Amino acid sequence: MTTARPESGHPDAGGHYGRYGGRFSPEALVAALDEVAAEWEKAKGDPAFQAELRELLSSYTGRPSPLTEARNFSRHAGGARILLKREDLNHTGSHKINNVLGQALLTRRMGKTRVIAETGAGQHGVATATACALLGLECVVYMGEEDTRRQALNVARMRMLGAEVVPVTIGSRTLKDAVNEAFRDWVANVEHTHYLLGTVAGPHPFPAMVRDLHYVIGAEAREQVLELTGRLPDAVAACVGGGSNAIGIFAAFIPDSEVRLYGFEAGGDGVETGRHAASITGGSPGVFQGARTYVLQDEYGQTVPSHSISAGLDYPAVGPEHAWLADTGRATYRAVTDADAMEAFRLLCRTEGIIPAIESSHALAGARAVGAELGPDATILVNLSGRGDKDVDTAARYFGLVGDAAAKGDQA
Amino acid sequence: MSTVLHTRLAEARAAGRAALIGYLPAGFPDVESSIRVVEAMVEGGCDVIEVGLPYSDPTMDGPTIQRAADRALAAGTTPREVLRVVEATAATGAAALVMSYWNPIDRYGVHRFAADLAAAGGSGVITPDLLPEEAGDWVAATDAAGLDRIFLVAPSSTDERLRLTTDACRGFVYAASLMGVTGTRAQVADTAEKLVTRTRAATAGSGLPICVGLGISTGAQAAEVAGYADGVIAGAGFCQRVLDAPDLPTALAAVRGFAEELAAGVRSAG
Repeated sequence: MTTARPESGHPDAGGHYGRYGGRFSPEALVAALDEVAAEWEKAKGDPAFQAELRELLSSYTGRPSPLTEARNFSRHAGGARILLKREDLNHTGSHKINNVLGQALLTRRMGKTRVIAETGAGQHGVATATACALLGLECVVYMGEEDTRRQALNVARMRMLGAEVVPVTIGSRTLKDAVNEAFRDWVANVEHTHYLLGTVAGPHPFPAMVRDLHYVIGAEAREQVLELTGRLPDAVAACVGGGSNAIGIFAAFIPDSEVRLYGFEAGGDGVETGRHAASITGGSPGVFQGARTYVLQDEYGQTVPSHSISAGLDYPAVGPEHAWLADTGRATYRAVTDADAMEAFRLLCRTEGIIPAIESSHALAGARAVGAELGPDATILVNLSGRGDKDVDTAARYFGLVGDAAAKGDQA
Repeated sequence: MSTVLHTRLAEARAAGRAALIGYLPAGFPDVESSIRVVEAMVEGGCDVIEVGLPYSDPTMDGPTIQRAADRALAAGTTPREVLRVVEATAATGAAALVMSYWNPIDRYGVHRFAADLAAAGGSGVITPDLLPEEAGDWVAATDAAGLDRIFLVAPSSTDERLRLTTDACRGFVYAASLMGVTGTRAQVADTAEKLVTRTRAATAGSGLPICVGLGISTGAQAAEVAGYADGVIAGAGFCQRVLDAPDLPTALAAVRGFAEELAAGVRSAG
């Protein structure tokens, strides 16, 4: 199992990926950001830290996560061979735990006792509450009031794990506002608090550190695909909100120039309607929550509210490394509508007996399109970043499977 | 290159007192009313006005200023209105600064914003989420337009960063009195005076004025801070009075009274 990644020269010392990334933060947080960056560099080279993290990833998370060939789903993807990287089988149900365990250990290493986090769908909040319970850290999770309603089950889960969940009632009351509120808390409590950011966004060093902690996804998958098929995949597909699962699986394949990398953003009702969360496909470069990257913004630089059926992708920006991968052409980003994602969700349930997260269903829908383009000789590695238990309510409503409509929905 | 800001700060210094700096988001509660509120702030004794450019994601602001900014955005405030409020502020004789998060300026165009602000009579800009390391274009643009540029220092800043940041400033340096967001506080944080002393040491030789903000909301607090700083900055207290007032005349009276209280404070420092 690999937790280290080779040096790529990116980001630079200031956290820049080409023109993107960097650090746009209040001066008050610079000392803390520098401390996190320095401690993370030390921890990466510390065999004892790495051994403890590896042990947790294997005995607690259940890594390595398996690779599952989706032979039936393949028929709905142009006949291409579809290989699923099963991050949904990790403890707490998604890839989020990889990053959380690393940063929670780092929190303890820095001598801090309190962790704050933001969450949208609740997956990162649940993972953070879990790691804090395990390591005896105080945990406060900020969650937009709108999302606490959409994801009530995960709110209860976090509280059961001992975390305090704070509904954010200002702004658009979704993920971006939870991030703002977490930054406000951090400035005031930075002496004993670590902000356990859940994606590859924010000011340096977060995008690089969170990528390092998810590198294990791609490193495992690359070996597993080689072992199973004897060659590299033709394409790798992942969903992109902030982009942590995508960077995690892309990173190991970036040097393999023959492997196509596809990031699938949340297209909502369609990018042309303006109701979407596709920052690269439908946004423009700007500065948001600590980094220069693609942002959904109006002509005056005000953030435009995002929309997606998936709370975990409902974010108006994207990690800066994705912005750079998009501009350099190394990765291709496309938008997937709510409707196409839900169709892929339904198909995976029915053909493979796997209920995917709605987030991950965007990658599945994207893989169907790529499979149709590349044809039956192609092998596509799909990051199944999370499981859909948390989405059963949303999906049941979407497909009309509740109450009297259940029988009708059964025909769907 | 000298700006109105330099003149107002020098006058206060010559009078043996700290300058009074008041903050209000442009367009709060609407554009015309915000101009009237600024005039009341100046009548009450503000030497300098920070005209806020309202932003959708103000991570450095507490609930009071967030609410004020949201009202301004809902009223349709854009950079054009901000520049109008700057023009009206400059017409009062007070120095006019803009306080803005970075993305709206970045989006407007860094050089164009600096040029348009200078043309509107603005003296400079305070940028709470722009660090000197990322400010290459901004330094060039403000130099070209003859504008002051004000970065922040905080109690957590290392001595090395105090030097780096104050070297990049022109006009004054904004010393954040505490580790936290904007908003009124019952007491001046004990971190404020120490930060001013350390910043003073970092600026030895340049004489860059040091103005202190965050949490100052009474005349007594203003007097206390004026005892060691070159300027006292208040914002949330003004916004709160406008939010609480049932109508504009009440708001103007309350704002004028608050400015008078702070102005008396900066004149009573030992």
